[in-house]
Amino acid sequence: MKVLSLNFLTCAVKTCKTQSDSYPLHPKDAELVQDDIELNEAFLINLLPRIDWKALSTTATELGFPALPSTPPTPEDLRADAKTLRDLHNLLLETQMVEGKLVCASCGHEYAVREGIANFLLPSHLV
Amino acid sequence: MLPTPDTSHVAYERVYEPAEDSFLLLDTLSSPSETSFLQTRFYVSPASGTPTPPEPLVVEIGPGSGVVIAFVTAHASTLLGTRNILTGAVDMNAYACAATTETVRRAVTSNPATASMAFLGAVQGDLVSPLRDHSVDVLIFNPPYVPTAQLPSREELPDGGRIDTENAFDEDSYLLSLSYAGGQDGMETTDRLLDSLPRVLSDRGCAYVLLCAQNKPEEVKERARCLGGGTWKVETVGLSGNQAGWEKLQIIRICREM
Ligand SMILES: [Zn+2]
Repeated sequence: MKVLSLNFLTCAVKTCKTQSDSYPLHPKDAELVQDDIELNEAFLINLLPRIDWKALSTTATELGFPALPSTPPTPEDLRADAKTLRDLHNLLLETQMVEGKLVCASCGHEYAVREGIANFLLPSHLV
Repeated sequence: MLPTPDTSHVAYERVYEPAEDSFLLLDTLSSPSETSFLQTRFYVSPASGTPTPPEPLVVEIGPGSGVVIAFVTAHASTLLGTRNILTGAVDMNAYACAATTETVRRAVTSNPATASMAFLGAVQGDLVSPLRDHSVDVLIFNPPYVPTAQLPSREELPDGGRIDTENAFDEDSYLLSLSYAGGQDGMETTDRLLDSLPRVLSDRGCAYVLLCAQNKPEEVKERARCLGGGTWKVETVGLSGNQAGWEKLQIIRICREM
């Protein structure tokens, strides 16, 4: 699963949906692999408006990536800054989490990730 | 006809094999009227001078073999006007998640000129429960639509619900039954999905849902219109060729007013 997917995933427990600390989920013992994907500037620029930047910054730091700028770069910033573009491309699209856990800070539930597939099925007492 | 994704690697004893319903989804999503709808809703040509809207996220719930979401991912620019889309999938069945990932990988490799490079992955889960509020722009759902006395339950297994390797046959039949058994009117799972649409669809979101005649499609459509307080548009956008049988199929498109 791409690191970008963590920006769209949240705890599956119903009562966590309204808890702000249920998002983003926190990677634990994460094993990462890198794909080699062609960089597409227009894609990244148009992706930014739909990214939750604060959540992405948390994810990046927790996965051991360098800290992201405190505010999202503007399209002009990105067009002028090849390094930031390259770093974002690498983090969001080329990096896959293949093993580990995703932890909800609200309820503490740990979702296992195996062979790149996170398991969001809940044990019956949590449904 | 756009090429159908290769699913020859999929183990059909535990993952739903592409069938008439899957192919109706492919035909509908690639029909001129739907590609025109999708492109109008989600894509603006850079040549028009208007800013391009953010990339749409297309998610299939219950992809099984992955043939449908692989088709959308591989033919992104043909269907949505641009390769710049995000795709993903959620399935209850871990084997289906793995099969989907491989089907998408193969389809993208075979269609490099039209494919999206941003398949986020397949996660194991119950319908849209792992997805963030208002995150999905296009949702695709080929539900378990066959009317059955009850929904499959792990508790019905002879040893009280525990799955182990000695129970592999039970597990396989459980996993396959998840893909077709729909409970009352074949609608128990689809009803849950419909109820979650206001939460999960974005402001420009829409959903393609497959129904069979026994699901009472006209009633379902009326109910879907009421999801957004009566403002949502619901239309039949695909019909299967076999209109004689009780199992005749249709695809409805549910969309928020923009
Ligand atoms: Zn939680």
